[in-house]
Amino acid sequence: MNQFRVYCPFIGPFDPCPPIREKVYSTPPNLFLGFQPPGLPQFNAHEALKLGTLWPALYSPYPGKQT
Amino acid sequence: MWIYEKKLQYPVRVSKCDPMMARFLIEQYGGADGELSAALRYLNQRYTIPDQVIGLLTDIGTEEFAHLEMIATMVYKLTKDATVEQLKAAGLGAHYANHDRALFYNNAAGVPWTASYIQAKGDPIADLYEDIAAEEKARATYQWLIDMTDDVDLQDSLKFLREREVVHSQRFREAVDILIQDRNTKKFF
Ligand SMILES: [Fe+2]
Repeated sequence: MNQFRVYCPFIGPFDPCPPIREKVYSTPPNLFLGFQPPGLPQFNAHEALKLGTLWPALYSPYPGKQT
Repeated sequence: MWIYEKKLQYPVRVSKCDPMMARFLIEQYGGADGELSAALRYLNQRYTIPDQVIGLLTDIGTEEFAHLEMIATMVYKLTKDATVEQLKAAGLGAHYANHDRALFYNNAAGVPWTASYIQAKGDPIADLYEDIAAEEKARATYQWLIDMTDDVDLQDSLKFLREREVVHSQRFREAVDILIQDRNTKKFF
């Protein structure tokens, strides 16, 4: 699932700076999972430490602000 | 009672000499949505919350102290070898005047930590909703911190901490689910 949403703010004709036309915000998987069901797939221990979660269903990568 | 393990929860490597980043990172040390606030909030609320979720608040509150230690390590590494001139150039002159290179619980703007950042309402739903909001705010803070550095090693540790906030938010949402279940009432069909 795409973990980001985009909206387009109003751009005025007399704005002083070059507009940022698209604003992006994070919608991580905890917003959608509900009560975690048993038996979900797991990362192996090394990956889990690296990523900060045992659960692929809760993994939320953050690539940094695009704009 | 706690058992201390003399290691970080996740490795902290800082590869770029960038004392100004220390000034921004301190937001997660002594800021409103920082790790100190988180730890103290949860470890205090747990006394007046239903039994089923006390352990969760203890676990997460404890983990927040492990995160606090990671942030402290980042700030320390970025400031310990900075000259006074570098600190002044990084906007840390006022900090130096007050604290030398010591860490202190204040936010990125230098405002000292205050207990009014956290709440204990005694109402389990109100408290858990505050906790969920706190986790989302901490997640957002980590995003903005990741955006402000190009040090991939520092970003790596910050991404780990951001992911932990996602997991904590998930667990607090589950805690609300548990508490709103109507388990004790007899059901007649
Ligand atoms: Fe957290």
